[in-house]
Amino acid sequence: MNINWFKYASPASFYPLAGKMIPWFAIPAGILAFIGLVMGLFVLPPDFKQGESYRIIFIHVPAAWMSMVIYLAMAFWAIVGMVWNSRLSAMMAIALAPTGAMFCFLALWTGALWGKPTWGTYWVWDARLTTQLILLFMYLGYMALHAAIEDPRRAARASGLLAIVGAFNVPIIYFSVQWWNTLHQGASITPNKSEMAASMASVMLIMAVAAWLYAIAVALKRVRCEILDRERHASWVAELVTKTGQVHG
Amino acid sequence: MAEWFDMGKHTWFVWGSYGVFAFFIVAELLLLERRRRTILQRLSRTSRMNSGVNDET
Repeated sequence: MNINWFKYASPASFYPLAGKMIPWFAIPAGILAFIGLVMGLFVLPPDFKQGESYRIIFIHVPAAWMSMVIYLAMAFWAIVGMVWNSRLSAMMAIALAPTGAMFCFLALWTGALWGKPTWGTYWVWDARLTTQLILLFMYLGYMALHAAIEDPRRAARASGLLAIVGAFNVPIIYFSVQWWNTLHQGASITPNKSEMAASMASVMLIMAVAAWLYAIAVALKRVRCEILDRERHASWVAELVTKTGQVHG
Repeated sequence: MAEWFDMGKHTWFVWGSYGVFAFFIVAELLLLERRRRTILQRLSRTSRMNSGVNDET
Protein backbone atom coordinates (compact mmCIF):
# COMPACT_ATOMS: atom_id res chain seq x y z
CA MET A 1 0.00 0.00 0.00
CA ASN A 2 1.43 3.31 -1.04
CA ILE A 3 0.40 6.12 1.31
CA ASN A 4 1.54 9.62 0.58
CA TRP A 5 2.31 10.70 4.15
CA PHE A 6 3.29 14.21 3.10
CA LYS A 7 -0.26 14.74 1.91
CA TYR A 8 -1.36 14.63 5.55
CA ALA A 9 1.21 17.23 6.57
CA SER A 10 -1.15 19.81 5.13
CA PRO A 11 -3.72 21.08 7.65
CA ALA A 12 -6.47 20.88 5.01
CA SER A 13 -5.95 17.12 4.55
CA PHE A 14 -5.23 16.38 8.19
CA TYR A 15 -8.36 18.11 9.53
CA PRO A 16 -10.90 15.52 8.25
CA LEU A 17 -8.48 12.63 8.90
CA ALA A 18 -8.09 13.71 12.56
CA GLY A 19 -11.86 13.92 12.86
CA LYS A 20 -12.23 10.33 11.63
CA MET A 21 -9.46 9.09 13.96
CA ILE A 22 -10.85 10.56 17.21
CA PRO A 23 -13.53 7.86 17.94
CA TRP A 24 -10.97 5.09 17.31
CA PHE A 25 -8.99 6.38 20.29
CA ALA A 26 -11.73 7.89 22.45
CA ILE A 27 -14.06 4.86 22.59
CA PRO A 28 -11.39 2.28 23.59
CA ALA A 29 -10.03 4.85 26.09
CA GLY A 30 -13.44 5.05 27.75
CA ILE A 31 -13.93 1.28 27.81
CA LEU A 32 -10.45 0.57 29.20
CA ALA A 33 -10.73 3.34 31.82
CA PHE A 34 -14.07 1.91 32.97
CA ILE A 35 -12.62 -1.61 33.30
CA GLY A 36 -9.49 -0.30 35.03
CA LEU A 37 -11.45 1.85 37.48
CA VAL A 38 -13.88 -0.91 38.45
CA MET A 39 -11.03 -3.39 38.90
CA GLY A 40 -8.71 -0.95 40.66
CA LEU A 41 -11.23 0.58 43.03
CA PHE A 42 -13.71 -2.21 43.78
CA VAL A 43 -12.44 -5.64 42.70
CA LEU A 44 -8.80 -5.86 43.76
CA PRO A 45 -8.22 -6.44 47.49
CA PRO A 46 -6.36 -3.89 49.66
CA ASP A 47 -2.56 -4.13 49.70
CA PHE A 48 -1.18 -6.09 52.67
CA LYS A 49 1.27 -3.29 53.51
CA GLN A 50 -0.29 -0.03 52.34
CA GLY A 51 -3.97 -0.88 52.76
CA GLU A 52 -6.38 1.04 50.50
CA SER A 53 -4.05 3.94 49.66
CA TYR A 54 -2.13 1.85 47.11
CA ARG A 55 -5.13 2.21 44.75
CA ILE A 56 -3.81 5.69 43.90
CA ILE A 57 -1.11 3.94 41.84
CA PHE A 58 -3.68 3.21 39.10
CA ILE A 59 -3.95 6.89 38.26
CA HIS A 60 -0.66 8.21 39.64
CA VAL A 61 1.67 6.14 37.48
CA PRO A 62 -0.24 6.59 34.18
CA ALA A 63 -0.44 10.36 34.85
CA ALA A 64 3.30 10.53 35.55
CA TRP A 65 4.15 8.47 32.46
CA MET A 66 1.89 10.58 30.25
CA SER A 67 3.35 13.84 31.58
CA MET A 68 6.80 12.68 30.41
CA VAL A 69 5.72 11.03 27.15
CA ILE A 70 3.61 14.02 26.09
CA TYR A 71 6.50 16.40 26.79
CA LEU A 72 8.79 14.30 24.59
CA ALA A 73 6.12 14.17 21.87
CA MET A 74 5.78 17.95 22.12
CA ALA A 75 9.52 18.40 21.75
CA PHE A 76 9.51 15.95 18.82
CA TRP A 77 6.83 17.93 16.95
CA ALA A 78 8.65 21.17 17.77
CA ILE A 79 11.82 19.76 16.15
CA VAL A 80 9.90 18.49 13.10
CA GLY A 81 8.20 21.88 12.82
CA MET A 82 11.52 23.69 12.91
CA VAL A 83 13.44 21.39 10.57
CA TRP A 84 10.75 21.04 7.88
CA ASN A 85 9.06 24.33 8.62
CA SER A 86 5.73 22.52 8.75
CA ARG A 87 2.79 24.40 10.24
CA LEU A 88 0.93 21.26 11.26
CA SER A 89 3.82 20.02 13.43
CA ALA A 90 3.89 23.29 15.33
CA MET A 91 0.13 22.98 15.85
CA MET A 92 0.56 19.40 17.11
CA ALA A 93 3.13 20.61 19.65
CA ILE A 94 0.85 23.28 21.11
CA ALA A 95 -2.16 20.94 21.01
CA LEU A 96 -0.37 18.47 23.28
CA ALA A 97 0.74 20.96 25.93
CA PRO A 98 -2.45 21.48 28.01
CA THR A 99 -3.06 17.72 28.34
CA GLY A 100 0.58 17.16 29.30
CA ALA A 101 0.42 19.92 31.89
CA MET A 102 -2.80 18.45 33.28
CA PHE A 103 -1.27 14.98 33.65
CA CYS A 104 1.84 16.52 35.22
CA PHE A 105 -0.25 18.37 37.82
CA LEU A 106 -2.31 15.22 38.48
CA ALA A 107 0.86 13.16 38.97
CA LEU A 108 2.00 15.67 41.60
CA TRP A 109 -1.43 15.91 43.23
CA THR A 110 -2.07 12.17 43.44
CA GLY A 111 1.56 11.67 44.52
CA ALA A 112 1.09 14.12 47.39
CA LEU A 113 -2.09 12.35 48.52
CA TRP A 114 -0.32 9.01 48.33
CA GLY A 115 2.78 10.36 50.05
CA LYS A 116 0.95 11.47 53.19
CA PRO A 117 -0.29 8.03 54.33
CA THR A 118 2.83 6.26 53.00
CA TRP A 119 5.70 8.59 53.94
CA GLY A 120 3.95 10.83 56.47
CA THR A 121 4.28 13.95 54.31
CA TYR A 122 2.53 15.50 51.33
CA TRP A 123 5.70 16.94 49.88
CA VAL A 124 9.44 16.53 50.13
CA TRP A 125 12.12 18.24 48.04
CA ASP A 126 13.65 15.02 46.75
CA ALA A 127 15.00 14.57 43.22
CA ARG A 128 11.95 12.86 41.69
CA LEU A 129 9.37 15.28 43.07
CA THR A 130 11.45 18.38 42.34
CA THR A 131 12.21 17.42 38.72
CA GLN A 132 8.52 16.58 38.18
CA LEU A 133 7.60 20.03 39.54
CA ILE A 134 10.14 21.57 37.13
CA LEU A 135 8.37 19.69 34.31
CA LEU A 136 5.09 21.36 35.29
CA PHE A 137 6.81 24.77 35.16
CA MET A 138 8.25 23.88 31.74
CA TYR A 139 4.75 23.11 30.45
CA LEU A 140 3.34 26.33 31.91
CA GLY A 141 6.30 28.34 30.58
CA TYR A 142 5.88 26.78 27.14
CA MET A 143 2.17 27.64 26.97
CA ALA A 144 2.72 31.17 28.37
CA LEU A 145 5.51 31.89 25.88
CA HIS A 146 3.44 30.57 22.99
CA ALA A 147 0.46 32.68 24.03
CA ALA A 148 2.58 35.82 24.54
CA ILE A 149 3.85 36.01 20.93
CA GLU A 150 1.24 37.04 18.40
CA ASP A 151 2.94 35.94 15.18
CA PRO A 152 2.29 32.15 14.99
CA ARG A 153 5.62 31.34 13.30
CA ARG A 154 7.67 33.25 15.88
CA ALA A 155 5.55 31.81 18.70
CA ALA A 156 6.15 28.26 17.43
CA ARG A 157 9.88 28.87 17.05
CA ALA A 158 10.44 30.44 20.49
CA SER A 159 8.24 28.01 22.43
CA GLY A 160 9.60 25.09 20.37
CA LEU A 161 13.12 25.94 21.51
CA LEU A 162 11.92 25.95 25.11
CA ALA A 163 10.24 22.57 24.59
CA ILE A 164 13.45 21.08 23.17
CA VAL A 165 15.63 22.44 26.00
CA GLY A 166 13.11 21.23 28.59
CA ALA A 167 13.11 17.72 27.09
CA PHE A 168 16.49 17.13 28.76
CA ASN A 169 14.66 17.19 32.09
CA VAL A 170 12.59 14.10 31.17
CA PRO A 171 15.35 11.44 31.44
CA ILE A 172 16.50 13.18 34.64
CA ILE A 173 13.00 12.66 36.10
CA TYR A 174 12.91 9.02 35.02
CA PHE A 175 16.36 8.09 36.32
CA SER A 176 16.28 10.38 39.38
CA VAL A 177 15.25 7.46 41.61
CA GLN A 178 18.38 5.57 40.53
CA TRP A 179 20.85 8.45 40.46
CA TRP A 180 19.98 9.95 43.84
CA ASN A 181 18.79 8.68 47.17
CA THR A 182 15.13 9.56 47.01
CA LEU A 183 12.17 9.01 49.27
CA HIS A 184 10.26 8.12 46.10
CA GLN A 185 10.36 4.42 45.29
CA GLY A 186 12.10 3.01 42.23
CA ALA A 187 10.34 2.08 39.00
CA SER A 188 7.30 -0.15 39.63
CA ILE A 189 7.60 -1.81 36.26
CA THR A 190 10.60 -2.15 33.95
CA PRO A 191 10.72 -4.16 30.72
CA ASN A 192 12.22 -7.15 32.55
CA LYS A 193 10.54 -7.24 35.91
CA SER A 194 7.58 -6.02 37.91
CA GLU A 195 7.65 -5.12 41.60
CA MET A 196 3.91 -5.56 41.81
CA ALA A 197 1.45 -8.45 41.94
CA ALA A 198 0.43 -9.44 38.41
CA SER A 199 -3.23 -8.42 38.93
CA MET A 200 -2.22 -4.95 40.15
CA ALA A 201 0.32 -4.50 37.36
CA SER A 202 -2.22 -5.47 34.71
CA VAL A 203 -4.81 -2.98 36.02
CA MET A 204 -2.12 -0.29 36.04
CA LEU A 205 -1.22 -1.11 32.44
CA ILE A 206 -4.90 -1.02 31.40
CA MET A 207 -5.16 2.45 32.92
CA ALA A 208 -1.90 3.50 31.23
CA VAL A 209 -3.19 2.40 27.81
CA ALA A 210 -6.46 4.25 28.50
CA ALA A 211 -4.44 7.38 29.35
CA TRP A 212 -2.44 7.07 26.10
CA LEU A 213 -5.60 6.70 24.00
CA TYR A 214 -7.30 9.57 25.84
CA ALA A 215 -4.30 11.85 25.29
CA ILE A 216 -4.20 11.05 21.56
CA ALA A 217 -7.96 11.62 21.15
CA VAL A 218 -7.84 14.93 23.02
CA ALA A 219 -4.73 16.10 21.14
CA LEU A 220 -6.44 15.32 17.81
CA LYS A 221 -9.54 17.23 18.87
CA ARG A 222 -7.46 20.19 20.01
CA VAL A 223 -5.31 20.21 16.88
CA ARG A 224 -8.53 20.45 14.82
CA CYS A 225 -9.41 23.59 16.82
CA GLU A 226 -5.88 24.95 16.22
CA ILE A 227 -6.19 24.24 12.49
CA LEU A 228 -9.56 25.99 12.17
CA ASP A 229 -8.36 28.90 14.27
CA ARG A 230 -5.18 29.50 12.32
CA GLU A 231 -6.46 28.63 8.87
CA ARG A 232 -9.67 30.62 9.24
CA HIS A 233 -8.72 32.84 6.29
CA ALA A 234 -7.84 29.85 4.09
CA SER A 235 -10.15 29.10 1.19
CA TRP A 236 -10.65 25.44 2.22
CA VAL A 237 -12.08 26.49 5.61
CA ALA A 238 -14.45 28.94 3.91
CA GLU A 239 -15.49 26.20 1.48
CA LEU A 240 -16.06 23.76 4.31
CA VAL A 241 -18.23 26.29 6.16
CA THR A 242 -20.33 27.22 3.14
CA LYS A 243 -20.66 23.59 2.07
CA THR A 244 -21.94 22.24 5.36
CA GLY A 245 -23.33 25.37 6.99
CA GLN A 246 -21.20 24.36 9.91
CA VAL A 247 -17.86 22.57 10.03
CA HIS A 248 -18.40 18.93 10.90
CA GLY A 249 -16.29 16.79 8.61
CA MET B 1 -23.36 0.96 48.49
CA ALA B 2 -21.56 3.23 50.96
CA GLU B 3 -19.24 0.42 51.96
CA TRP B 4 -18.00 0.25 48.36
CA PHE B 5 -16.66 3.75 48.73
CA ASP B 6 -15.31 3.25 52.22
CA MET B 7 -11.51 3.20 52.10
CA GLY B 8 -11.08 3.14 55.88
CA LYS B 9 -8.55 5.68 57.12
CA HIS B 10 -7.45 6.31 53.54
CA THR B 11 -10.83 7.49 52.22
CA TRP B 12 -9.73 11.14 51.79
CA PHE B 13 -6.47 10.20 50.10
CA VAL B 14 -7.99 7.76 47.61
CA TRP B 15 -11.13 9.74 46.74
CA GLY B 16 -9.25 13.05 46.91
CA SER B 17 -6.95 11.66 44.19
CA TYR B 18 -9.65 10.08 42.01
CA GLY B 19 -12.06 13.00 42.46
CA VAL B 20 -9.59 15.67 41.38
CA PHE B 21 -8.42 13.44 38.53
CA ALA B 22 -12.00 13.02 37.26
CA PHE B 23 -12.67 16.74 37.67
CA PHE B 24 -9.71 17.67 35.47
CA ILE B 25 -10.60 15.14 32.77
CA VAL B 26 -14.22 16.33 32.62
CA ALA B 27 -13.12 19.99 32.71
CA GLU B 28 -10.65 19.43 29.87
CA LEU B 29 -13.29 17.75 27.70
CA LEU B 30 -15.89 20.46 28.40
CA LEU B 31 -13.44 23.33 27.76
CA LEU B 32 -12.28 21.72 24.54
CA GLU B 33 -15.85 21.26 23.30
CA ARG B 34 -16.63 24.88 24.21
CA ARG B 35 -13.57 26.09 22.32
CA ARG B 36 -14.62 24.09 19.26
CA ARG B 37 -18.15 25.51 19.35
CA THR B 38 -16.86 29.08 19.75
CA ILE B 39 -14.57 28.73 16.73
CA LEU B 40 -17.33 27.15 14.62
CA GLN B 41 -19.82 29.87 15.54
CA ARG B 42 -17.31 32.58 14.67
CA LEU B 43 -16.52 30.92 11.34
CA SER B 44 -20.21 30.54 10.43
CA ARG B 45 -20.81 34.20 11.34
CA THR B 46 -17.88 35.36 9.20
CA SER B 47 -19.06 33.16 6.36
CA ARG B 48 -22.60 34.61 6.53
CA MET B 49 -21.23 38.16 6.63
CA ASN B 50 -19.02 37.50 3.63
CA SER B 51 -21.84 35.93 1.62
CA GLY B 52 -24.00 38.97 2.53
CA VAL B 53 -21.30 41.29 1.17
CA ASN B 54 -21.01 39.14 -1.96
CA ASP B 55 -24.78 39.22 -2.49
CA GLU B 56 -24.80 43.02 -2.36
CA THR B 57 -22.01 43.36 -4.86
